[in-house]
Amino acid sequence: MGRHAVFALCGALLVAVVSLEWALFQHDFNVEYVAAYTSRNLPIFYTWSALYAGQKGSLLFWATVLSVFGSLALVLTPRHHRELLPYVAGVVSLVAAFFISVMLFGGANPFQRLPYTPLDGSGLNPQLQNPGMVFHPPMLYLGYISITIPFAFAIAALLSKRLDTDWLVAIRKWTLLSWLFLSIGICLGMWWAYVELGWGGYWAWDPVENASLLPWLTMTAFLHSVMIQEKRGMLKKWNLALIIGSWLLSIFGTFITRSGVISSVHSFTQSNVGYFFLFFLVAAAAASFSLYVTRLPLLMAETRLESIVSREASFLFNNLLFVGIAFSVLWGTLFPILSELVVGTKITVGPPFFNQLNIPLGLALLALTGIGPLIAWRRASIPNLQRQFAVPTTVGVFTALILLVAGMRDFYALMAIALGGFVVGTVVQEFARGARARHRQYGEGYALALGRLLARNRRRYGGYIVHTGMVILFVAFAGMAFKTETEASLRPGESASIKSPYGWTYRLTHLGISQYDALNRQVTAATLEVSRDGKRLGVLTTEKRQHVDGLGRPTFQPSSEVGIRSDLREDLYVVLGGVVNGTEQAVFRFTINPLVWWVWYGGMIVALGGLIVMWPGGAPAAKRAQAGYAVRLVGTEENT
Amino acid sequence: MTRRHDATLHVSRREFLTLGVMGLGATSWNVATWRRATLQGPDSLPGTGPSGRLWDPARAGRPLEPVTAADNDAVIQAIEKQLHCTCGCNLDVYTCRTTDFTCAVSPAMHQHVVELAEQGMTGQLIIDQFVREHGVAILMAPPKRGFNLAGYFVPSLLIVAAGVALALVLRRWTRTAAPDAVPARPVAAGTPEELERLRGELDRLSV
Repeated sequence: MGRHAVFALCGALLVAVVSLEWALFQHDFNVEYVAAYTSRNLPIFYTWSALYAGQKGSLLFWATVLSVFGSLALVLTPRHHRELLPYVAGVVSLVAAFFISVMLFGGANPFQRLPYTPLDGSGLNPQLQNPGMVFHPPMLYLGYISITIPFAFAIAALLSKRLDTDWLVAIRKWTLLSWLFLSIGICLGMWWAYVELGWGGYWAWDPVENASLLPWLTMTAFLHSVMIQEKRGMLKKWNLALIIGSWLLSIFGTFITRSGVISSVHSFTQSNVGYFFLFFLVAAAAASFSLYVTRLPLLMAETRLESIVSREASFLFNNLLFVGIAFSVLWGTLFPILSELVVGTKITVGPPFFNQLNIPLGLALLALTGIGPLIAWRRASIPNLQRQFAVPTTVGVFTALILLVAGMRDFYALMAIALGGFVVGTVVQEFARGARARHRQYGEGYALALGRLLARNRRRYGGYIVHTGMVILFVAFAGMAFKTETEASLRPGESASIKSPYGWTYRLTHLGISQYDALNRQVTAATLEVSRDGKRLGVLTTEKRQHVDGLGRPTFQPSSEVGIRSDLREDLYVVLGGVVNGTEQAVFRFTINPLVWWVWYGGMIVALGGLIVMWPGGAPAAKRAQAGYAVRLVGTEENT
Repeated sequence: MTRRHDATLHVSRREFLTLGVMGLGATSWNVATWRRATLQGPDSLPGTGPSGRLWDPARAGRPLEPVTAADNDAVIQAIEKQLHCTCGCNLDVYTCRTTDFTCAVSPAMHQHVVELAEQGMTGQLIIDQFVREHGVAILMAPPKRGFNLAGYFVPSLLIVAAGVALALVLRRWTRTAAPDAVPARPVAAGTPEELERLRGELDRLSV
């Protein structure tokens, strides 16, 4: 019955989404939402994405995706978990009912009609008219929403008192899927911020950015600690708390985004429905943790930790750091409210505050990324540690020495790259040992051995690929320590120079300004010729866009469109500020951002690793591992 | 080329080929011209006189003043990066004035910083002056005093405390762990191949 109710809910919500899309594409401006977020001249691509451009549409989108995920969970979950499914259906329906209630009773009905029909709509916010915004919000939503499924299974396990490790197996793919969507969504958000907002960076510790990072951190902690529960039957309480906490943080993220309680660049999403989320958040947290507390006696560990120098212990410290960073980000995000409440002083908590707190923690986490895989499960001996650590440590130390000799003096950047070297050393050593063993054992060529190694143990080696992606991201973040920027006002034919951290000099010559009309905007485009150390590289165009509706009326303030010339080492980032006295003399900001492409490559590698980990199949499991299996393997200190 | 009695147009093979070559030539010429046109040349030369006026300056946003030496002054920039723009953008003054060119607040704050610097005030004095005028919310990060110390140190202290507690708990757990039936120390060292094989087997068990 509950199962059919979820399917019916899913069908009804899909009809609602199709209806709203129909209204958007038909330009039915009598529907308030359509008039508020589209116009007749809005490109089709963005007309589609207007579904989740506004508050009301995104709530409908959220509820619909949740019902789709809920239905899929009910259909795809293996039969031996079916005792949990009625509870799962109940939790999913309850959460979906909340979102639908907000739409119906919280003044967020996307089908609300106007008493008149405007000739044209207001159009979409220019900042949202970017390919990144077509994919970034749904990816983040998918990440946030899909956490509900592991949460529903956790609550189901608590309610049904089936608290063995079995339910974790049922949610493994869902947690990975959720983590993957969140990772891709965060990276796409960074890309959008970089190419669209024009401030020359990709992460500003904005409250809404922080809100997306929080569940990602706790989910990542869970993906590590769940291995201990699966292998050793430990950390049951901790894993349940992480799943519940991750889901609550995803609701908290929605509250932050929607309420406007903390000032954010995402102000276009604010409204009073945030307080519905606050109420729901408090009620859900109270209910979930009350249930959790009543079940604590059933959540005893099946085995004990044997040594503090073990993979399990390193994972515990890794979890401490993940959760510590999440707390630190949450603390910084909420501290302005706390300060106002406690001492009545309004304060601003910006990037300097977050960087001071989180860079050292991030570096410690990066170090543990390299250390964890080198330590054996259960217990590691000194000779084992020496053998495991020799190569990665040497790589890390050599990296640091090379950077020092090359003149790098920024401590954090140096540490990030050196620790990155250490982690890469660990990953390469793991792959090399595995491939060499296959080569000797099965006579496979090294390439084939590497491929089969990856294919037969996707979880472990896919995880190492994720670690490699994270190293690349950290190195790319370190590159921003060497960002340089300058402003210049240039008449046509005049040039400005900017020195790159690599030592060469860019020369930018203003070629002139052209003005023309495009589909839904009036464009003022400045073209610059770019040369590096006297060698011509090409031309760059940066624009001012005045968006207009179908009747030619301006709809928003003029926005800047950045000109970017990228290579693997650095980006030349040019912004047209405006013009002087209505002439072609233009004001530009030139920025050189080192290693930015590595952020996108790192993100892609993380996503690739995540896909490999969750890809179905792999080596045939001779026997499903159960928590706390009591095999004692003599003489096997080797890292597993 | 002939028109038949039923009004259809007949094109011979030679005419068809001639027309094809002409069409190809015209297309190539068009493409070549377009390629040349994209390599836009300067429409005025350096120092040859005033720039031309834009067709519609209003489309280019708020009129701006030419950049001065103070705008690129590293000290001024460093000060502005510590000051929060009050327009609601959540950015520092420098980033806002060089990003959101529709904002009138950050250029005014920048002008104020420049004026104070021209009066001979140091960076810290300028920041103090802004705090007097706007309160501590004008700073991008709260000063390290009073309740703000909690902001800076609570997360680090909690993490350190949790780390110490975790280490103590782990130590206790490992001491109270039931003694193993088999000694923990290896009784024989495996070859790398054996160990790798074992590792593979264990991994397969845990998949």
